[in-house]
Amino acid sequence: MSTELTMTLEVFRYHPETDSEPRFQAYEVPYDEDWVVLDALNWIKDHVDGSLTHRWSCRMGVCGSCGMMVNGDPKLTCAVFLKDYYPRPIKVEPLVNFPVERDLVVSLDGFMDKLEAVKPYIIRGDVNDTSGGEYLQSPAELAQYKQYSMCINCMLCYAACPVAGHEDEFLGPAALALGHRYNKDSRDQGQAERLDVMLVGEAIWGCTFVGECTVVCPKHVDPAGAIQQAKAVGAQEFFKRFVAPKGAGV
Amino acid sequence: MAHATTHEHDVIIIGGGGAGLRASIAIAEENPDFSVACVSKVYPMRSHTVTAEGGAAAKIKPNDSLEDHIYDTISGADWLADQDAVEYFVHEAPTEMIQLEHWGCPWSREPDGSVAVRPFGGMKIERTWFAADKTGFHMLHSLFQTTLKYGNIVRYDEHFATRLLIDGNGRCRGCAAIELRTGSVRAILGKAVIICTGGAGRVFPFTTNGSIKTGDGMAMAYRAGVALKDMEFIQYHPTGLPGTGILITEASRGEGGILVNKDGYRYLQDYELGEALDVNDPRHPQKRAMELGPRDRLSQCFIKEKWAGRTIETKDGHVVHLDLRHLGEAKIDKKIPFVRELSRNYAGIDPVYKPIPVRPVVHYVMGGIDVDSNSATSVPGLYAAGECACVSINGANRLGSNSLTELLVFGAQAGRHAARFAMDNPDYDVSELEAQAEDEGARIRRAWFDTSRKQGERIVTLRTELHDAMEGGAGIYRNADSLQSACETVADLRERYRNVTLDDHTNSFNTELTAALELGSLIDVAESMAHSAIERTESRGSHQRLDHTERNDDDFLAHSMAYHQPDGSPPRIEYKPVTITKWPPGARTYGAGSGLKGEDR
Repeated sequence: MSTELTMTLEVFRYHPETDSEPRFQAYEVPYDEDWVVLDALNWIKDHVDGSLTHRWSCRMGVCGSCGMMVNGDPKLTCAVFLKDYYPRPIKVEPLVNFPVERDLVVSLDGFMDKLEAVKPYIIRGDVNDTSGGEYLQSPAELAQYKQYSMCINCMLCYAACPVAGHEDEFLGPAALALGHRYNKDSRDQGQAERLDVMLVGEAIWGCTFVGECTVVCPKHVDPAGAIQQAKAVGAQEFFKRFVAPKGAGV
Repeated sequence: MAHATTHEHDVIIIGGGGAGLRASIAIAEENPDFSVACVSKVYPMRSHTVTAEGGAAAKIKPNDSLEDHIYDTISGADWLADQDAVEYFVHEAPTEMIQLEHWGCPWSREPDGSVAVRPFGGMKIERTWFAADKTGFHMLHSLFQTTLKYGNIVRYDEHFATRLLIDGNGRCRGCAAIELRTGSVRAILGKAVIICTGGAGRVFPFTTNGSIKTGDGMAMAYRAGVALKDMEFIQYHPTGLPGTGILITEASRGEGGILVNKDGYRYLQDYELGEALDVNDPRHPQKRAMELGPRDRLSQCFIKEKWAGRTIETKDGHVVHLDLRHLGEAKIDKKIPFVRELSRNYAGIDPVYKPIPVRPVVHYVMGGIDVDSNSATSVPGLYAAGECACVSINGANRLGSNSLTELLVFGAQAGRHAARFAMDNPDYDVSELEAQAEDEGARIRRAWFDTSRKQGERIVTLRTELHDAMEGGAGIYRNADSLQSACETVADLRERYRNVTLDDHTNSFNTELTAALELGSLIDVAESMAHSAIERTESRGSHQRLDHTERNDDDFLAHSMAYHQPDGSPPRIEYKPVTITKWPPGARTYGAGSGLKGEDR
């Protein structure tokens, strides 16, 4: 390998069984202009240090497993290339704003709870019956929510969000965009139930519209836009429910 | 490894992809009192269903017919599909697809609001439902999100199942699984079990399959004595990106894309796939012809072009060109935007302006865990569905867009049958199953955490040799010598596997341990593939023997059944007849006028 080009990865390491605090470990990896950062991590694990721990699967930007901080920015490591950084070293860390399980692996517990909280499924009053064929939905109706259905749950937006890190009640960009996706779906009738969750405390109101979630989203979902739209709906609903309740004779 | 803890449910589902989630919902909905465990080595939304692009087939339009879908599937399978299973599949498909529509899947639509369909390879008419070109992603997320409605679905995320637990009466009652976070081995017990762990493309080096597709469920069933059926049939998708193996969907050809060789010539016309119509001809793309021929044929044509010196040499091997330029930017962005994104990011090509370099890539395993038409295996209480299973509707070659539908139809069916089994056979002895899980934990500790062992070989060394052996020996074209060599290498790797050692002997999130266990699965699955392939001395569908070039219905209109031998000797291969109902084996023709049923021809 002496004649081949190499570069350095500085990787965050932490093992709950053996480390009292995190440390960085530098690895020299072969430089290949076709390699993504994930390829370099896999090369280290295969050839140098089997204990290096990270998640990955599809390596084509759709399973959402391999989000990490790359030189301080939340990235899908299967979608950023070594050549974008060469010859400078690359620092790889776990996504911020999540508890670290080990090395580059973070806990999804809180994130999964938030996804579930927004009731991300079709809610309707009628009985589920397939015999009448599909529900009709025009291309224009589909376009109302389509982009919000593109979230791959990679959690980069939580790592980018200044609120998600310190406000536990805040449901966060991906979960709110997902709730909004179902609220905007012409087949759904569950908006009121979802707003019950979204309008509580800081659940949605925590958002200060920094907009970093939209900037970092690898799938162009625009959670910030979704949150602003949902807040507008929520403000009307809030007014109806609490300021001018039914029968109050506004 | 901590000691086993025990968790009891009614039905255990191993795998949280499309089939596993559909099975979970089927049980949860029809048996509200049941507790369903969904055990997956990843979070469900990471499952490999997520990468499927092109679509899912089901008759929905009035100009289509169930008969045509059945015939396309059976002829596409080169008559190795069981026809009763195909009939059931095609009849159930529309209901299942409408159900998923009702659950919120964002299908692409016609102007009138009905679901849109597109043409796909080997299909006589357009019947493939799609959500742009991220169909699997949307199906998986719709299913996963729908499971969140049901309080009686209990997820075991990031639990790596390693062994099926079988009670004294021979019934399958759960699995032992490593909880990745802690490294403890849990006994997850239930009255019935469904395996939905997907495919095994990672047996090969160049594959569309994600890293998790290591055939763990197939290997678990194989070790438990269930046959792996038709494992010699491995699908090469004709259009993968060189280097990475990332899939460029067949929908790109369904929308009108063409394949050309180094001379810019549409070479498929030289291989009995029909006439090369001009791309501006309103009849283009013609169904069941040329670029919309079946995947096995198209991948074989590539190899023949390569042998003739008409492919393009690149640093990542030989390629041909998939040309989409005539579709125009607007259509590409509307119908196949992910193709553009992937080509730009991973091949540095914008298909609006340049053709995409592509080559055949391992995509799908037609074979799998032998199940009957009720998704039941030979072990009572054990069921399987999805790519890991072999019913068989896919026979010797699966048609594109049948597999996503298969997840739904057979996921739901397996769920219903497993629930019934659970109701009829409720009692088991917890302690004997717990003891098996304890044994499994001890076995894993002994095999992998013994720090007194001297340094052995690395996982990657064996995995690379396995890849080379399978690609070289059991690729698109095989012969007795190449397969014999693959069988020998796999046997050698099985021996050497015992001497693999790990760097990591800790408990929490030990992904080197799981990689080692996955390597064990890959070796088992590769063994079944290579031995089934060497025994089948004919050519059919995706199994092409250079030394036996013709289909031989007299001897091989039959499913191969590979049985694991606990003593480490090669698998025993038996045969089971194919079920033929109404469609006797015929010539498999593509091109103009093809797709007529036997009696009309």
